[in-house]
Amino acid sequence: MFALGPIGFASPWLLLGLVALPILWFLLRAVPPAPIRRRFPGVALLLGLKDEETEAERTPWWLLLLRMAAIAAAIIGFAGPVLNPEDAEAGDGPLLVLFDGSWADARDWQRRQDRAASALAEAGRNGRPVAVLSLADLPPEAPVFQSAEAQATRLPGISPKPWEPDADALEAWIGALGDALFDTVWISDGLARDSRAVLLDELRDRGAVTVFESARDVRALRPASYADGKVSVAALRARAEGSAEAEVTAHGLDPLGIERELARVPAAFEPGAVEAAAEFDLPPELRNRVTRFEIAGEASAGAVALADDALKRREVALMAGAADREGLELLSPTHYLSRALEPTADLIEGTLADILLADPDVIVFADVAKVTQEETDALLEWIEEGGLLVRFAGPRLASSDVGRQGEDPLLPVRLRVGGRSVGGTMSWGEPKSLAPFSEDSPFFGLPVPGDVAVSAQVMAEPDPELSSRTIAALADGTPLVTRRALGQGQVVLFHVSANAEWSSLPLSGLFVQMLERLAVSTRPATPSVEDLRGTTWVADRVLDGFGTLEDAGDLPGVPGERIAEGHIGPDIPPGLYAEGDRRIAVNTIAPERILMPASWPEGVRVEGLAVLREMALKGWFLGAALALLLADIIAALAVSGRLSGPRQGIAALLLVGLLMPMEARAQTEPDSAAAYEMQAASQVALAHVLTGDAELDRVAAAGLRGLSDVLTARTSVEPGAPIGVDLETDELSVLTFLYWPVTPSQAAPSARTYAKLNRFLRSGGMILFDTRDADVTGFGAASANGQKLQALAAPLDVPPLEPIPSDHVLTRTFYLLQDFPGRHVGRAVWAEAAPPDAEQAEGMPFRNLNDGVTPVVIGGNDWAAAWAVDERGLAMFPVGRGLAGERQREIAYRFGVNLIMHVLTGNYKSDQVHVPALLERLGQ
Amino acid sequence: MSEAALRPTGLRRRAEELAAALPPLLVAAEHLAAAVQLGEHGRRRAGMGDEFWQFRPAHAGDEARMIDWRRSARADVHFVREKEWQAAQSVQIWLDDARSMEFTGAKDRPTKGDRARLLALALSVLMIRAGERVGLADASAPPRPGEVQLMRLAQTFTAPPGEADFGAPVARAFLPHARAVFLSDFLGDPAPVEAALTEAADRGVKGALVQILDPVEEAFPFDGRTIFESMAGSLTYETRKAGDLRDRYLQRIAERKDRLDRLARATGWLFLCHHTGDSPQSALLWLYRALERVR
Repeated sequence: MFALGPIGFASPWLLLGLVALPILWFLLRAVPPAPIRRRFPGVALLLGLKDEETEAERTPWWLLLLRMAAIAAAIIGFAGPVLNPEDAEAGDGPLLVLFDGSWADARDWQRRQDRAASALAEAGRNGRPVAVLSLADLPPEAPVFQSAEAQATRLPGISPKPWEPDADALEAWIGALGDALFDTVWISDGLARDSRAVLLDELRDRGAVTVFESARDVRALRPASYADGKVSVAALRARAEGSAEAEVTAHGLDPLGIERELARVPAAFEPGAVEAAAEFDLPPELRNRVTRFEIAGEASAGAVALADDALKRREVALMAGAADREGLELLSPTHYLSRALEPTADLIEGTLADILLADPDVIVFADVAKVTQEETDALLEWIEEGGLLVRFAGPRLASSDVGRQGEDPLLPVRLRVGGRSVGGTMSWGEPKSLAPFSEDSPFFGLPVPGDVAVSAQVMAEPDPELSSRTIAALADGTPLVTRRALGQGQVVLFHVSANAEWSSLPLSGLFVQMLERLAVSTRPATPSVEDLRGTTWVADRVLDGFGTLEDAGDLPGVPGERIAEGHIGPDIPPGLYAEGDRRIAVNTIAPERILMPASWPEGVRVEGLAVLREMALKGWFLGAALALLLADIIAALAVSGRLSGPRQGIAALLLVGLLMPMEARAQTEPDSAAAYEMQAASQVALAHVLTGDAELDRVAAAGLRGLSDVLTARTSVEPGAPIGVDLETDELSVLTFLYWPVTPSQAAPSARTYAKLNRFLRSGGMILFDTRDADVTGFGAASANGQKLQALAAPLDVPPLEPIPSDHVLTRTFYLLQDFPGRHVGRAVWAEAAPPDAEQAEGMPFRNLNDGVTPVVIGGNDWAAAWAVDERGLAMFPVGRGLAGERQREIAYRFGVNLIMHVLTGNYKSDQVHVPALLERLGQ
Repeated sequence: MSEAALRPTGLRRRAEELAAALPPLLVAAEHLAAAVQLGEHGRRRAGMGDEFWQFRPAHAGDEARMIDWRRSARADVHFVREKEWQAAQSVQIWLDDARSMEFTGAKDRPTKGDRARLLALALSVLMIRAGERVGLADASAPPRPGEVQLMRLAQTFTAPPGEADFGAPVARAFLPHARAVFLSDFLGDPAPVEAALTEAADRGVKGALVQILDPVEEAFPFDGRTIFESMAGSLTYETRKAGDLRDRYLQRIAERKDRLDRLARATGWLFLCHHTGDSPQSALLWLYRALERVR
């Protein structure tokens, strides 16, 4: 292909046409534009004037240039120019396309795929067999070289893994290679790794190696750590060049259970530093919600640090039975507990009532014997909702009769009268040591130190349930810790005291570990192997290479020791692992990890990922020629003076169209829900339920419009445009009045919607149900609409109803009314019944009833039709006949006004009857 | 202008609409020795006329028949009833009917001729309502009072245009000491205009020159290679680049206006340049003032 710089030509011979351009120049120059004839009376004044420029009879030079350019563009266009023509690279034999496939690849994975696809396509053109592999997901056997087309279909199936290539697997794979010879295209993730040099040597022995590496820096997050009330997350980068900033965000569930960004802190990399800390100073409530940290804009597993129990600070309430004795701090029942819990939990102290209000995760009773019945009930309720009550024995519990007669609900077992004391001065036996924990105990796996001795304890009454409730025992088999599940929570009893009086357990490290296993305290940031020994963890959610959490599916459980080792790979993918109530996060980046950029030895071709695409320019050149010719038309008109009047405008438009590329703008849909809420909340607006019957909805809207007009004209209530409410989706709390026309065909609302409606009714809203059938039937289930109304209203929180009595406040909130007609007259209208004890007060015209707004008004008079007006304000439907009908419509409007006044002012009018009495009182 | 408007009645109706906004015009009559004719034209002094002016005490020399006995009966002295001196004025209008007046620069603008006819007839309506006598400058329609004259004038004004490219006024038929109004574009040879004005000044005729131009004639918005022709086709002019002529053309038209203005000053006339793009009302007001002027 003939090429000029980066542009090649498909048919370069056509370029010879450019030679003809000078000839064209002379031809065009000789032909001036034709004159225009104009009638003009002022010609008498022109006579005798001479043209200044005699050369203007030739075409102006710029117009010539324009035409030349247009023709040149056309010639070049037809010659088929191509930008970046790809000249085939030499090479034959098999080609291996190798991905690192680690999390560091994830951010520009698409570009890596493109690069690989381009390499595959090239190999395909040259007929080379190809294999595509990801080092993070190596098959045990040697690569199979196939045609490029076959391998290209595999390409989209390769995705980055959240771990890095494993050296052992690599070694096995190299061993399986045998003596195959091939060239290699290695698409590297840019991180230094020990296994890299080995593999590179091996590959170079077998053929040419070309490395592609992104110029972008790799960034990652270390796991979060907690210290001094702050959560610190370290951001890492591979290249220590210049200063940079990474935004670290904390994500978690908000109170509604929706995942949100909770906080955002910048981490600034100093020049030369590969590490930058982001410190989150979050209130405990917020901190406990954090589920993960990530670097904003980095979609890779390495840029995500999952948070687990280590960040959560449980709220633990401590209660001691005895008042603190001054000066005897070490004897205080809660001293060791608070020392053990302080680093990892938020402690609450106070009375039981206060504590329960704070809703802690755990309540610890240190030697508390008596709890009142009320407190017991409250505690039980709290435990059944998931609380954990941990009790320690002590002298008070031992001397009380709690749990002696029968099973106390707040104790896991029955206790024997008195306790036992061993190894003291007055007893024979040795202090007892602990037995190893059994397999079904939560403490299983914890090492039992030999120096823990128990000298006194409260004894459990033998019981068939006792062994199943014992989770720790002494060497002689007597229970030391017992546990009983209660609802979703549990009660745990340590049969020894919480201070060192009865045993040395509180002095040992085991005490802290036991509390941690019980999820009383939270464990330190990095669990040690001992901490996790004997536990089995099941993956709950796992990370993919792009840093998104996915359901783990049914991955097998993992022993705690392996998790503690910190190794991740296909068998332990990073993610959240759970054991009982406890959760542990396995992160892609180890706590001590440092990122280093990969270094390649001399002689290896390292290229960027950018692919220069072949681009045919023919269309562009021909388009340019067309545009120039269009411009030429306008220019020729301008030169010959024909460009005036409306033509000028059209020409200007054309020019603008030529010069400015079309800009397509995405029109954002207005947020309809927000608009609805704005409309409803910014002003009083009457609302009607959208029934799904278009005609009915139209009449309801028109009726409310008519009523709104009347309200605006006659009262100080000035409602906005009526709102049609979709009960399922729209928020009701912004509304005050809802008109609900009943049709047999409308769908019943969902349970959630009923909850919403009930909340609406309880908070002062009103629904006017209208069965619209008063002309044919009375109240009740006699009509289809009535039956539907009963079905619709059954789940609603509707109080007892009665026909509106003549002294109901609805009859006098604005107008004095006796009946409430709509388009139909007659039938009673029902509202909340008056309380049975309502009585007419002395000297008052009305009973003092309905202290509050009736939540529903039910009738069938088809009020909306009586109120309905069209856009011009004319009544849409006839009411009655003649003047009497108009009177009926007027009364219907008055009923509407009274109703809205009732909704908006409540029992204000009812209270008005007291005014004479109040005035009388004030006067004296 | 539409055909309906060209009919005499149409033109007259529009002219009357335009004139309705102004009070009846009373032309200030200068001394007219020979052509004094009685009319409804008060001179604000006692004299011959029909309208009551004042009562004055009779003095010696008053004839007995001049005494107003009814007024005198209410006093001890005799009173004489005096009437206001009234005199009528003649206005002669020359309306250029050459082909050049048929030009308009835009479809929505009236031609210059239309505007001239409208102004002329509106002026006539005002004059005749005020009791003046209005006629044409040539002998075809001598000044006469009365509504019938309006019909006659309207008919004359809507006659088909002449054949000439540019018109020239005829000064032979001027009544001495009358008033005259020339309406034309004055783009043709200025010599006949000068001659007519000189002649008029000799006869003591004063008046107003109204030059009616299209905005296009003032702006010269042409460009490119163009052949200009006069309306009847008698004159042609070709240019390669019309845009270059603009400045010189504008200079020439300014010179023409200046020449007319100087001519008008020299002969005691007034000069106005009116554009068809402007409201005719302002031109009519100006004419009203110009003819009302008392020297």
